[in-house]
Amino acid sequence: MTRNQAVKRYNRRVLALSLIYALLLCGAVYLFVHHLLSGPVAYVAAVLPALPIIGIFVAIGRYLVEETDEYLRDQFVRQALIASGFALSVATAWGFLENFDLVPHVYAYYAAILWFAGLGLGACFNKFQAVRGAA
Amino acid sequence: MKNRLKVLRAERDWSQGDLADRLEVSRQSVNAIETGRYDPSLPLAFKIAELFELSIEQIFTSPSKENDQ
Repeated sequence: MTRNQAVKRYNRRVLALSLIYALLLCGAVYLFVHHLLSGPVAYVAAVLPALPIIGIFVAIGRYLVEETDEYLRDQFVRQALIASGFALSVATAWGFLENFDLVPHVYAYYAAILWFAGLGLGACFNKFQAVRGAA
Repeated sequence: MKNRLKVLRAERDWSQGDLADRLEVSRQSVNAIETGRYDPSLPLAFKIAELFELSIEQIFTSPSKENDQ
C-alpha cells in the first residue's frame, strides 16, 4: 500500500489541505473574534475554511481516478458509499429531531465531519469483510 | 469466484507479493482474488492468464459450473 503512488499523492494532498484548513480557520476565528470584518469581506472570510475541506473531496475524487489497482479502488468506493449513507442517514434523522425541538441545532458543516467518520466506518467494514473472507 | 491462483502460485514458488509485483497490483488484490472475495475485471483476468500462459477458464471456474465440482 505504501508503494502505491496514488495513495502517496492522496496522502500528500490531504495533509497539505489539512494544514491550509487549520491556518484559514485560525485566521477567520481571529478576525471574527476581534470584529475586524464586515460586509462582503466577512462572507468571503467565513467561507475560506470550507475551501480546503471541499479540496479534500476533490482529492478523494482524484484518488479514485488515479488509483490503477481495481481492487483498492473498489474498496475505497465501498468505503465512500458507506460514509455517504451514514452521513445522510444521521443528518436526516437529526434534521427531524431538530425540527420537533427535541435536539439542539447543529451546524450544517457537521455533515462533512459525519462523512469523514463514515469513511472510518467503511474502512472497518472493509477490514471485517477481508478477515471474514480469509477465514 | 473459485480459482486455482494459489496452486499456480505455489507451483512457481511465488509469494502473494511476487505475484502482485508481476501483475502490477497490490498484495491485497492478489489475496482478495485468491480467496474469492473479489472477482477481477476481464483485463486483469487476461493479464493473470497470460502470466501463467493458460486460458482464463483454466484458472477461474465459471460461477455457473461451481456447483458441478
